[in-house]
Amino acid sequence: MQLEIKERTVGEVVILDLIGKITIGEGSVQLRDTVSRLLEAGHNRIILNLGGVTYVDSSGIGELVSRYTTTKNTGGRLKLLNLPKKIKDLLMITKLLTVFEIYEDEQVALDSFQ
Amino acid sequence: MMLAENVVELTIASQLEYIDLVTTLTDNITSMIAFDEEAAYWINMAVRESVANAVEHGNKYDPQRSVDIRFTIGVDALRVSIRDYGEGFDPSTLPDPLDPNNLLNPAGRGILYMRTFMDSVEYARHPEGGMIVTMSKRRAPRQTDEGDHRHDAVGN
Repeated sequence: MQLEIKERTVGEVVILDLIGKITIGEGSVQLRDTVSRLLEAGHNRIILNLGGVTYVDSSGIGELVSRYTTTKNTGGRLKLLNLPKKIKDLLMITKLLTVFEIYEDEQVALDSFQ
Repeated sequence: MMLAENVVELTIASQLEYIDLVTTLTDNITSMIAFDEEAAYWINMAVRESVANAVEHGNKYDPQRSVDIRFTIGVDALRVSIRDYGEGFDPSTLPDPLDPNNLLNPAGRGILYMRTFMDSVEYARHPEGGMIVTMSKRRAPRQTDEGDHRHDAVGN
């Protein structure tokens, strides 16, 4: 499996711990399906913990953007936690660094939903 | 006889599953010719993006159409060409992913990444059909060469 997604709930916030690759095909689809399932269940306060992600391609970046937009359209928020440097580089190149809310501390990310 | 450059070729079916095969070969080649870890990572990504475009947008996942990848290991640079057998396109007509109106588009960033990570990226229509993308990345001179590239040929 390219991408492993572990789900935790803290209060009203769902944290998805992502481990592996978010690339065209399997990895991107897994992320899409997981976030879609959460939104359908009414969970629209979501943190993606990317600390365990080793590789993201343009399809994966596109998937992060799509999930961000979809979540926002439901009135919720999707935030990013623990970005590895190379993912940060990819977001910077495509001017997306300021689009996402990005955190390095989980508690600070959780508190930001209050 | 000392070869000025070596060529490695690979042909895959238009299936995403084969992209990892190409990037694994890419890693082996960049390691063999001593690109540093950072450069190797981004070359891997540029190749991945180009092959994914060929499979998805070029050949449109048609199993009857292949993607041909050619690595040319030159003395001064690594060149990678990726050919598909699709309808072809004009890259200048693609939306600019950095345009504020396009920032939240789900797709369209792959070519920007390729251009960022490689020294050159050129698109051409192949005379027999399909597109061919040729990318190159300069090789850093070996420290022991002290600026003399003449002894930097692969196979020495």
